[in-house]
Amino acid sequence: MKHTLSVLLQNKPGVLSRVTGLFSGRGFNIESLSVAETLDSSLSCLTLVTTGSDAIVEQITKQLHKLIDVIKVTDISESEYVEREMALIRVKAENTTRAEVLRVIDIFRGKVVDVSPKAYAVEVTGSATKIQAIIDILRPIGIKEIVRTGTIAMARAPK
Amino acid sequence: MGKITGSEAIIQCLLEEGVKTIFGFPGGAVIDLYDALMDSDVNHILVRHEQGAVHAADGLARVTGDVGVALLTSGPGATNGVTAIATAYMDSIPMVILTGQVPTPLIGNDAFQEVDIVGITRPCTKHNYLVNNAEDLVPTLREAFHIARTGRPGPVLIDLPKDVVASMVEFSEKKPIRMQNYQPTYEPHLGQVEKACKEILKAKQPVLYVGGGVILSNSNEELTELAQTLNIPVTMTLMGLGGFPGGDPLSMGMLGMHGSYTSNMAVAKSDLLIAVGARFDDRVTGRIDAFAPHAKIIHIDIDPTSISKNVDVDIPIVADCKHALAAINNWFVSCGQDLNEVGATHSEWIETIKEWTRKHPMAYADEGEVIKPQFVVEKLDELTGGDAIITTEVGQNQMWAAQFYKFNKPRRLVTSGGLGTMGYGLPAAIGAKMAFPDATVIDIAGDGSIQMNIQELATSKQYDCPVIVCILNNNYLGMVRQWQELFYDKRYAATVMEVTPDFVALAEAYGAVGFRCDKTSEVEATIKKALEAVKKSTVVLDFRISREEGVFPMVPAGKATTEMLLV
Ligand SMILES: Cc1ncc(C[n+]2csc(CCOP(=O)(O)OP(=O)(O)O)c2C)c(N)n1
Ligand SMILES: [Mg+2]
Repeated sequence: MKHTLSVLLQNKPGVLSRVTGLFSGRGFNIESLSVAETLDSSLSCLTLVTTGSDAIVEQITKQLHKLIDVIKVTDISESEYVEREMALIRVKAENTTRAEVLRVIDIFRGKVVDVSPKAYAVEVTGSATKIQAIIDILRPIGIKEIVRTGTIAMARAPK
Repeated sequence: MGKITGSEAIIQCLLEEGVKTIFGFPGGAVIDLYDALMDSDVNHILVRHEQGAVHAADGLARVTGDVGVALLTSGPGATNGVTAIATAYMDSIPMVILTGQVPTPLIGNDAFQEVDIVGITRPCTKHNYLVNNAEDLVPTLREAFHIARTGRPGPVLIDLPKDVVASMVEFSEKKPIRMQNYQPTYEPHLGQVEKACKEILKAKQPVLYVGGGVILSNSNEELTELAQTLNIPVTMTLMGLGGFPGGDPLSMGMLGMHGSYTSNMAVAKSDLLIAVGARFDDRVTGRIDAFAPHAKIIHIDIDPTSISKNVDVDIPIVADCKHALAAINNWFVSCGQDLNEVGATHSEWIETIKEWTRKHPMAYADEGEVIKPQFVVEKLDELTGGDAIITTEVGQNQMWAAQFYKFNKPRRLVTSGGLGTMGYGLPAAIGAKMAFPDATVIDIAGDGSIQMNIQELATSKQYDCPVIVCILNNNYLGMVRQWQELFYDKRYAATVMEVTPDFVALAEAYGAVGFRCDKTSEVEATIKKALEAVKKSTVVLDFRISREEGVFPMVPAGKATTEMLLV
């Protein structure tokens, strides 16, 4: 099962390597990972997507907690949450395909962020499935380059 | 208080934490600190290899419960310490390791004797630090000691760049340490305690399974009270030996791969397993699905990651063992039941257990004048009244020590359990002897392991720190040979020690005393001579034992613990 963990940690050198070292050392799996400073610049928030049985995810959560530099670990996929990824996709945009590319971008509410005679660079955000969907549609037209972020996620506020 | 040098501040911190003795080995990166140590009240022991320094500090920590401290130089000094740091980490030993580092402007430039020791030791320390700024020095040291000794203890490493140590720092007053991100749970959840107690009342065939956590938390008295008032048989892991008196009728000895027949059978048949400060290691459980198959499991541990890691637990109690056991004992005192009656309901179970021991006691075959290693350990036990501090090397020697010495008190067995580090015993014995100069300290050794840190004989000589090294010499890497005998058609690949030094001559070369013994009838006299001689000098005993003696019972790796090979 896929789990999205939100981990609050000290914003200090070496902390990320404690987290990734824990995963590699114990054979846990990381599907994606994304970190940045929080409002409080002494802390970072790390969103980590992993898969595993409930027992493994429980072990992952406890092991993360055990790291001295980790302050809080929440499995936000346990309740309602929003998740986003972003991708930058450079796709062929020649005379014959330009209109089609623009239509697809529009459907996915993407943005053209760089233009060259033969290609557009497109920015899209959304869930991992949405990003995958636009990639699948653009692929036959001709994707030249792609860069994706890991997932970031936030629990929905309690109603 | 005004400013003092970083070196002085480090020494002040050590004194503030109650550290009297540290073990180390100098080098360019720590020369300032050594200079300051020379005039300080901290006693420094110069070892002969950095691994020895860390093991010695670890030995001191295990017998006292205090934080052991080692000081190593940068680069090779630090890397030489890594095996010993990992040893302490696996057994949750409170330690602070100080390593020198190249000056901050040079870090990352492959400077002379630069190594990323913080990176290297990240997975084998409880926590580690690189002190980048002078103002962080004192707070970091204080935090390191706090982390090392609280919660589930462990080694903490502090990497000290030379310029930071040489700078002037403020020595602020010590305040209680509160860390937002680190707050171990000491007190048990009382609801869980009650659940556990009710389960204990219901059990007909309960077993207490005791691990190193009982020793680390000094809860042997609470444990003994629980076992004795409710008449519950006790089995211990290698790390738990001494947590309950080995000579008590309720003690079944060790469990697991080389555990007693009784212990392994009792766990297999029990209906309630009460795990206290133990972690269900594979050497204990054998084939995991066949471990305690009929039992409900109560698990007390201060480290939540230990719970339900290897086996599913029915009633977890995250707490310090001492607090949890005290709460359990209290519950029983006030539960309104006649506890003698409760204890009496286990009589039939205890009878079954006694029957197992009658059928298959810990035993070995007599070979006349050919010395049996088990006999040597039994004699050591007898002649020291079971009250010596026993350190061990690793291999058959370690298992025979665990099986045949009766550890009646905690902190008497000092052994590398989790990592199984050959070369641990001698430096650890020196550390233990430094802590308790009046104690009899014996390293039960193998001919292979002792050669891994034998240079520490010089340390014991230099500091007048006499210990007995009792080599059970089989001229083999015996434990590996035993596996080859049993599972590899007796193909003794790389386990025959074709060249072994003359240990008696070697002892003498180091200024120690050496005795050789190759007859059963002379074992007792040899040990007596050693116990006399050790009052003045370190003694090396070379017992030429039955070469192909095995350690039994043995549960082959991956088998259920009831599938024991017996003598
Ligand atoms: C540093 C290290 N290297 C290798 C091993 C693997 N090993 C475990 S027991 C053993 C044999 C030890 O031989 P010896 O010290 O003579 O003890 P014996 O088993 O003969 O009593 C070996 C090689 C180990 N535990 N530690
Ligand atoms: Mg040997």
